[in-house]
Amino acid sequence: MATWRNSALLRAVLLGAALCAWASGSRAQTANTCVECHSALDPPLQVTEARFAQDIHAQKGLTCASCHGGDPTKADMDAMSKAAGFRGKVERSQIPAFCGRCHGDAGFMKQYNPGLRTDQFSQYQTSVHGKLLAKGDTKVAVCIDCHGVHDLRPASDTRSTVHPLNIARTCSLCHADAAYMKPYGIPTDQFAKYSKSVHHEAMVARGDLSAPTCTTCHGNHGAAPPGVDSVKNVCSNCHVFQAQMFEKSAHKAIFQSAGLPGCVVCHSNHEITHPTDAKLGSGPEGVCMQCHTPGDKCDVARTNMLAGLTELDQSIKNADRLLGVAESSGMEVSEARLQQDQARDSLTKARVTIHSFQPPLVHQDIQAGLTIAAKDLQAGKDALLERDYRRRGLGIAVIFIAITLVGLFFYIRSMERSPARG
Amino acid sequence: MQLFTQVHKWVDERFDWTKLTEPLRHKTVPIHKLSYWYFLGGITLFLFGIQVCTGLLLLLYYRPSANEAFESVQYIMTRVHFGWLIRSIHSWAANLMIFTAFLHMFSVLFLRAYRKPRELTWVSGMILLFLVLGFGFSGYLLPWNTLAFFATKVGTEITGQVPVLGHTMMVLMRGGEEVTGATLTRFFGVHVAVLPGLTASLILLHLALVQKFGMSLPPSVAAKAQVNPSAVREMKFLPNFLLREVMAWYVALGVLGALAAWLPWELGTKADPFGAAPAGIRPEWYFMFMFQSLKLIPSKVFHIDGELIGILAFGLAGAVWVLLPFLEGNREKRGGTLIRGAGVFALCYIVAMTIYGYMAK
Repeated sequence: MATWRNSALLRAVLLGAALCAWASGSRAQTANTCVECHSALDPPLQVTEARFAQDIHAQKGLTCASCHGGDPTKADMDAMSKAAGFRGKVERSQIPAFCGRCHGDAGFMKQYNPGLRTDQFSQYQTSVHGKLLAKGDTKVAVCIDCHGVHDLRPASDTRSTVHPLNIARTCSLCHADAAYMKPYGIPTDQFAKYSKSVHHEAMVARGDLSAPTCTTCHGNHGAAPPGVDSVKNVCSNCHVFQAQMFEKSAHKAIFQSAGLPGCVVCHSNHEITHPTDAKLGSGPEGVCMQCHTPGDKCDVARTNMLAGLTELDQSIKNADRLLGVAESSGMEVSEARLQQDQARDSLTKARVTIHSFQPPLVHQDIQAGLTIAAKDLQAGKDALLERDYRRRGLGIAVIFIAITLVGLFFYIRSMERSPARG
Repeated sequence: MQLFTQVHKWVDERFDWTKLTEPLRHKTVPIHKLSYWYFLGGITLFLFGIQVCTGLLLLLYYRPSANEAFESVQYIMTRVHFGWLIRSIHSWAANLMIFTAFLHMFSVLFLRAYRKPRELTWVSGMILLFLVLGFGFSGYLLPWNTLAFFATKVGTEITGQVPVLGHTMMVLMRGGEEVTGATLTRFFGVHVAVLPGLTASLILLHLALVQKFGMSLPPSVAAKAQVNPSAVREMKFLPNFLLREVMAWYVALGVLGALAAWLPWELGTKADPFGAAPAGIRPEWYFMFMFQSLKLIPSKVFHIDGELIGILAFGLAGAVWVLLPFLEGNREKRGGTLIRGAGVFALCYIVAMTIYGYMAK
């Protein structure tokens, strides 16, 4: 019944459009009669002119006919006739290949955006989505599920569903839907976990668009879960030094033989929180003792490295506090403040070096930081000594000024009392 | 003492020193309940002297370029012996000098010392006040720190709003369209050469006029003196008044030393012309009343730019203030009341707007 009603409405609208065309006497050859009718239809057939104007394809000069075929210059059902090449709605299973006709043609795409990659379809075919689609599962994501349709915006547009800020939410539309994902037997808490992660914080709170989102680790068109072997390669794209050190460490071979996925063992995957020194500890946040035995060689090394990091962290804080006191007393300690950044860099470096699991290397960085922090602490002490020296100097100067004032006062009084001089 | 007498005699024989200083020895200062206001001019002059001395010492190390200015001031404050004291005293004395200059102006206004025949003394004093503000504005940029950089940017932008010549004046001040190292060099030149030259000349003229016309009596004291001339006593300028003035200078020196030791003038962070302006950019306190007023004026008033109206209003008020003695003319009673009323209004306005400026977010 609904289909009949839609069809009747479509005919009425087309008739109206035809009458208008007749009444106006002429029509520009570039007119788009598709939008005129479809803007009056109910969703999902509705496409308004305003909505389509937002679409990057429309902005580049493509029309409805570019994808759906037909002749938009005709004002009646002839516009949608087979003779006019009308293709209609593209089958869901055909969408990636359909989009790939243009987006996989480097020569064609060059005229619109020479910088755009043209391997999306071939990438898609390697993805879990693509493989399942090939097997006939049409529930999996196809181009329009992530990019939208009829108001498709470039990824650089903040309103785009595939803008870095929006990607995680776009993926979560399916991957956080427990009912929808049930047949696949994979977790649906990735988005909830990612939302608590340091990566999400960097992306959303700090607006750092280079921070990782789903596609950074899983790929976009070739989206797949990174295997155990490739986790390190994914993380090392950004965390280069940590990966290099882990690569040379004894843990690499052990993790590999045990089938453990590298970085994820200690840092987890989606809920990667800001790492603290407590990870080296034996408390609930500690990760080493999940595998190691209390009192073994590695436990001792862990304890020493943790003690070194804690000492450096505390030394930096002590120097900061003293320099802060000196600064609030008006003393100029900006040079020491600048040095403090170097001490902090040493602490960061030492924390990175932990991934080598070699205590001597870690202590080398810790020692460099401790030396700088000690100098800065001394600079703070010197500044406070200088402040006290100045204040003592002021006290002495005030005494001299007061003596002079009193002297002047008595001199003036005696002078004015003496009739000869007053 | 013997040596001093011999030197005095030597100078006297050649330059007739005794005759030259004769007027000073005959100069007297009236003694009455408002006499202490007479010290303000001298204190301002003393602070100007401090500025010249400390400024010359700072010149030994200061480097007027965008790349070196901040570092050179940092060097003065951390490496040069007593550099911190000289820089702090220079900054604090500048602020105190502007404060005492304003006080001096208002004391002269309320004691009505601007009246005939002292009109030009008032005019020269007002120009000196503007020059002192010019010292403050140009000197503020010299350490090339973030606050000074952006405050100067705002300040020169306001100058650019002046009709007809505004943009030209702004470009002339900045040495281009933007505040850059060229602006710093210009401000430095103006601060250490142009303004001191003009100020020294005008101070000489101002002092000569004060010497010529003597100290003014407030109308209430003058009326008493007319009835009973012996009611107003006098003291000699040399040495009685001068020694009291020296006492006031010593107090000012003590205050300066205390401020420099307890609240050393901050240096802040180096200006980054490409960085974002920090929140709450404000001018120095002596420009705050104008800045706050300009902020409060709506952007458009009867289709005219609000800021432009504000600038014109302050320009007009400044011009009227310089010409106050001529506006009073012969209408001594009515004119005096009007001017006193205007003075009270101006004082209240400046104080209120300054406080509001610091409290407003």
